[in-house]
Amino acid sequence: MGTENIIFLLLFLIAFTLFFRNATKIKRNIFLGKKVIPEGSKSARLKTMLKVALGQSKMTVKPVAGILHILVYAGFVIINLEMLEIVIDGIFGTHRIFSFAGSFYNSLIASFEVLALMVLVSCLIFFIRRNLLKLSRFRKPELNGWPRNDANLILITEVFLMSAFLIMNAADATLQQQQVQHYVQSGCFPVSSLFASSFIGLDTSTLIFIERFCWWFHIVGILVFLNYLPYSKHLHIILSFPNTYFSKLKPKGELNNMESVTREVKLMLDPEANPYASQPDSASQTPERFGAKDVFDLNRIQLLNAYSCTECGRCTSECPANNTGKKLSPRKIMMDVRDRLEEVGKGIDKHGSDYRDEKTLSGNYISEEEILACTTCNACTQACPINIDPLSIIIELRRNLLMEESKAPAEWAGMLTNIENNGAPWQFSQADRLKWSEEN
Amino acid sequence: MMASGQTPEVLFWVGCAGSFDDRAKKITIAFAKILQQAQVSFAVLGSEESCTGDPAKRSGNEFLFQMQAMQNITVLNGYEIKKIVTACPHCFNTLKNEYPALGGNYLVLHHTEFLQQLINEGRLTIKGGTFNGKRITFHDPCYLGRGNGIYEAPRELIHKLDSELVEMTNCKSRGFCCGAGGAQMFKEAEKGNKEVNIERTEQAIEVNPDIISTGCPFCMTMMTDGIKMKNKETQIKVYDIAELIAQANDL
Repeated sequence: MGTENIIFLLLFLIAFTLFFRNATKIKRNIFLGKKVIPEGSKSARLKTMLKVALGQSKMTVKPVAGILHILVYAGFVIINLEMLEIVIDGIFGTHRIFSFAGSFYNSLIASFEVLALMVLVSCLIFFIRRNLLKLSRFRKPELNGWPRNDANLILITEVFLMSAFLIMNAADATLQQQQVQHYVQSGCFPVSSLFASSFIGLDTSTLIFIERFCWWFHIVGILVFLNYLPYSKHLHIILSFPNTYFSKLKPKGELNNMESVTREVKLMLDPEANPYASQPDSASQTPERFGAKDVFDLNRIQLLNAYSCTECGRCTSECPANNTGKKLSPRKIMMDVRDRLEEVGKGIDKHGSDYRDEKTLSGNYISEEEILACTTCNACTQACPINIDPLSIIIELRRNLLMEESKAPAEWAGMLTNIENNGAPWQFSQADRLKWSEEN
Repeated sequence: MMASGQTPEVLFWVGCAGSFDDRAKKITIAFAKILQQAQVSFAVLGSEESCTGDPAKRSGNEFLFQMQAMQNITVLNGYEIKKIVTACPHCFNTLKNEYPALGGNYLVLHHTEFLQQLINEGRLTIKGGTFNGKRITFHDPCYLGRGNGIYEAPRELIHKLDSELVEMTNCKSRGFCCGAGGAQMFKEAEKGNKEVNIERTEQAIEVNPDIISTGCPFCMTMMTDGIKMKNKETQIKVYDIAELIAQANDL
């Protein structure tokens, strides 16, 4: 094992240790949310995950972005098979260790090259769509600053990684032609051979330098990228799988039942109940807050949703409120939850696990105006390619606004009083409900 | 009916809009006439019906919702109701999906589903002719379509009218909200550059229909207002599917 191999091994171990540390922190942050029992059977959830995440079934609703994304996704998954070889070569100083597989290996390398080209072209088109074309979902205010840079950084990195992969192959193929020792005759290079001719005049040492540089750039780039994920919207490449696995299976129209309210309402409606009797199960608990004021009041699936969001904005581009100029943007709701959760996490890192700052999600991040503008139409949940549910969060925020803060807009207060007093949202007498039958 | 020992085939849940809103009452009457024509024995709760609690729940007042729900469930279970039909997708969604957790388990159908079943069973026929050659577009109510996955029943009924169904660009699972859901019906919209119902009405006008049809009393209000704002009342009419069938059958 040479120095080069030891450096590689060290880098590899450091990268994975760091990633593991950050992943643990994300898991800790998600677990700050309330426990939740996932819906449905394991097999139903698995089916959803296979269909929606692995099968990308919701992507092609927008055909251009959808097909390009599937190319990048396929490229990412398949090219990563190459990672195994790179790691073994890196540790043991071998070169193309799997080349013994002969024609099978050659066809694999050929397919990696084709995919790499497709990823490269797709990322360039994505970059143009994002920055040059005036697509409204990429121009919304919530993307200003870091989110837009984050998106561009991901695309540029992928272009560089794929370029390095192809240039490495071109240099390798030229070295193989020159029958340089160590560079075994193997691989099939349908893409890099297109520009390999420009390497022919170069001497062996330059070629080896190019090949080695690209090899290191590619693998170090991937290790750096891995550690960039926890800070980026790109985390979706991992979390969309658990996210779809835990996504809602019930009809979209159904909002969850609040058990804590059910207990109290039953008590109120039961003439036999003694309101002063101590409740064996609730007496020991601290009284639950109704709805959500901060991230702690949301459940773990909702927090997982926030970390899984890749800010594509399909939700916002379908939202009727946002489309008519209202401040509400379901994408912003998800970004706010993640930003707030990150802030809470950093506070805990610094001051210990019981630390709470003065800020809250509702108020400091999300305004009443946004919370109240939702028509609960489910366009956002339908549009999300990985089944994120911004609506459930908006409803929790509303519940807190109405039941804890008593901040119902005046018209709603009137409507609610009407329901309470006459069983209808308008001021009509319940006794008149059958009057339609006298009309014709 | 209960008193005389009879059990109706189905309970018609009229809903607040269907009981009190002048425009929606016409939908109620049209649907009741169709039920009579198809000789369906149905009952209504009348003064014993109360708001399902949908706008309370969606505005965030879970207390009031559950109070309403439990009172309604007591009445429904008292009458041993098994099957409910309603012309309001909000009542439909709440009764069907949100009452079971509180002890109310019923077979709940939207009126377009129920009418479709009556036709399939041969109990109801739709006379063609009235809408021959008319262009009808269907506005998907959120709580019928995306909320509960019912897209085809209303469309099959439109086909039975011998009319031409023209789809808006945003239809079915990508249907655009009318702006009334989530208790928005009962308050002014937040600051923006347009009302949601105007946007949706413009989308409908784009496909140049003679009739905008829907299956929700709140969508009805929103689309009717939209058409008025756009000064198109003479060219484009807004009707519930039940009203179209009642008209076709001269009821």
